Amino acid sequence: MFDPVIASRLQFALTTIVHIIFPVMSMGLAPFLVYFTWKEIRSGEPIYEQLRRFWTKIFAISFVVGTVTGIVLEFEFGTNFAAFSTVAGELFGGPLALEGMMAFMLEATFLGVFVFGRDRVGDKLYFVSAVAVGLGTWLSAVWILIANSWMQTPQGFELVEKGGREIVTLTDPMAAYLNPRFPYMFVHMQNAAVLSVALFMAGLGAYFVFRHHVWEYPIENVDFWETTLKIALIALVITAPLQAIHGDLYARHVYETQPQKFAAMEAVWETDSYVPEYIVAFPTSLADLADPKAKEIFGIGIPGGASWLASGGDPQATIVGLNEYGEAPPVAIVFWSFRLMVALGFWFILLGFWGVYRWWRGELLEDDLLHKSLMLSTLLGIVAVELGWIVTEVGRQPWVIQGVLKTTDGVSPGLTGAEATTTLLGFALVYLGLLALYTYVVVRIIRGGPPTGEELRVVEREGPSAEGVAGDD
Amino acid sequence: MIEPLSLAADPVFGLPLAELWFGLLFFILGTFLFLDGFDFGVGALFATREDDAEREQLIAAIGPFWDGNEVWLVVFGGALFAAFPSVYAALFSRHYLLMFAILGALILRGLAPEMYEQRHDETWQRWWGRSFVAGSLAAPFLLGVFVANWVLGASGTLTIPGIVVGLAVVALTVVDGAAFLRLKTRGDLRADLRRDSLYALAGYLLLVVAALGTIYATVPAVRTALLSPVALALVGLTLVLAAVYALATVRDRYYVAFAAAAGMVFALVAVVARLTYPYVDRAAGTTVSEAIVSTLPLNLMSVGAAVLLPLIFVYFAVLYSTFSGEIEPEESY
Repeated sequence: MFDPVIASRLQFALTTIVHIIFPVMSMGLAPFLVYFTWKEIRSGEPIYEQLRRFWTKIFAISFVVGTVTGIVLEFEFGTNFAAFSTVAGELFGGPLALEGMMAFMLEATFLGVFVFGRDRVGDKLYFVSAVAVGLGTWLSAVWILIANSWMQTPQGFELVEKGGREIVTLTDPMAAYLNPRFPYMFVHMQNAAVLSVALFMAGLGAYFVFRHHVWEYPIENVDFWETTLKIALIALVITAPLQAIHGDLYARHVYETQPQKFAAMEAVWETDSYVPEYIVAFPTSLADLADPKAKEIFGIGIPGGASWLASGGDPQATIVGLNEYGEAPPVAIVFWSFRLMVALGFWFILLGFWGVYRWWRGELLEDDLLHKSLMLSTLLGIVAVELGWIVTEVGRQPWVIQGVLKTTDGVSPGLTGAEATTTLLGFALVYLGLLALYTYVVVRIIRGGPPTGEELRVVEREGPSAEGVAGDD
Repeated sequence: MIEPLSLAADPVFGLPLAELWFGLLFFILGTFLFLDGFDFGVGALFATREDDAEREQLIAAIGPFWDGNEVWLVVFGGALFAAFPSVYAALFSRHYLLMFAILGALILRGLAPEMYEQRHDETWQRWWGRSFVAGSLAAPFLLGVFVANWVLGASGTLTIPGIVVGLAVVALTVVDGAAFLRLKTRGDLRADLRRDSLYALAGYLLLVVAALGTIYATVPAVRTALLSPVALALVGLTLVLAAVYALATVRDRYYVAFAAAAGMVFALVAVVARLTYPYVDRAAGTTVSEAIVSTLPLNLMSVGAAVLLPLIFVYFAVLYSTFSGEIEPEESY
């Protein structure tokens, strides 16, 4: 039997870690789908119809699973974190309601048209539905990240006594909603989603190209997979470097606004200047792994690197150590997750340039090592997103609202250990099944491949003004 | 640019925003129950169909709609959180296990039809078909239990009035779903559904009477509200709408029957709202005016809702007009 606080935290962690996979897929796929739909309508080339229809299937199943797992999160604020919801509801409830009304509604209604309506609506409305779905997924992120970023850098409010308790009262909505963290979080998350989907597409493309050319397993739709690979590489070579450049700015911003989190990311216990940045850190003992300390860890460090990163160019800058704060977050989780995420980020940049270079040289289909690397990296974008969120959310502990409310004080007061443990175990089971089913369906869609030949809509067009195309006669 | 300071002082346009949000909350709940209600009803009626082609048609009928319909529940949660944060917190944590049971049922209902369509072997489809039925029955039942507990101020999970109301809600979703399917199908299936519609209606009326009786007998706190003119008028309206539904069903006026089903859903939700008022959380003794969020966020949310709700109706109009009329057999996925 778990303590209700621990069980609630584990349950929220589990349900968000699983849920985020699906929005990453749908937000990342959105710009690609808008592009494919546009090209399909404008050029009438079957390849774009294949791309649009194949990736829409993956989008649709991700959206469905994202919906059902997303409602869980919305309810959990009330069920498990009632004290938090009471204290922060005035500021936190609004963005959630607006997310539902502004974004989710747009997305879910036009998704029906986008998935099922190709033969029922004209080209224009069909394209509008693609844009509406894409816009909906991104607007959703705006409101959710406004809510989350406010908890990291809260402002625009006052604490007012109400019913024997200090309640967050909104005073300046612009300051609260456009808090300093929001733009960093939004850019980092959206770019990460596109990057993750680019890696997913590139990995699949590479697999089928490899199967066809190296294993000489004739693949019927090898052109489709080659195009997928190329489009993915373009997206990768744009988003991967952007993520690193932006990540550098983001880290500096964290140092300025949440110095305690930054110290945990670097495992700095004692206040120091000229702190090195460990590019590569090896745990030489179990103790290093479980309890990393910047001073003791064995690794390759850039002298003054962490100070330089924090201050924006000054290797002498002082970093306040964790010992100065009352309670530290679980440093090991934050330290290693951050390192792994950054390492993956550099690996993605390498992959992007490597692939584009081979393509430029006309050798894209011949580099087996590149294909294998891309295949191995298919899911690593999503892994990096998970690691990044772990740094963000574990790194702010013990606070649920930085400097205002501790996580332990946010849990529902009446919740019993038995109830919380029951639902935690229930979720562990159900979500394991859910992930297995999602994987199963996605693998089936991939095995089935894109629609071909007679399955495609008739491609002949009578003229540029022809609305839609005769479907199934 | 809106001046935050002026928004902090008084409600916009001097409107009684607390009452409006209380009303809006139940309107959102009613819209959810009407729209996702027919999805649940279709899921329940799925159990009565053996034929593969007919089952495919049932799933195809709700295919483009159900996800959008379910978002009304998300908006209900969001609106409750935004307008009455302390009630959202108290209510959801008080009915902890019930909330997760509802979520579990919704997960099953959402996943099952998608999975059903993935493979065409018998065992697979039998089990996902059963899951679809189970989720579609459990979700409205548990939601009914939850709403009854909320309105009547019960703190236990399963109460007698809760169970009766839950069953009534299940019957109502079948009334709704059968009327929806009569719009979407043809031939024998459409003819068979006439009988299902009438049985479901009879069941619903019996359960409504049982629910009202049980509530009157076991919850003295709401007796006055139950006998208030508004509540009695709404019960009368339900009887009129039931007669319209029955007649329209017999005479194959599909749209009239569907509209009557919608009317019955909103009448039920209006009774619920009447029984709740002036409380918004009877168990905690919290009234609407006590629990309403402070003026600045309330004004912001009101402006947001006033702009966005009409847009949402446009989205739904586009969706439903795109897929209006009977489903074509080849459209079943």
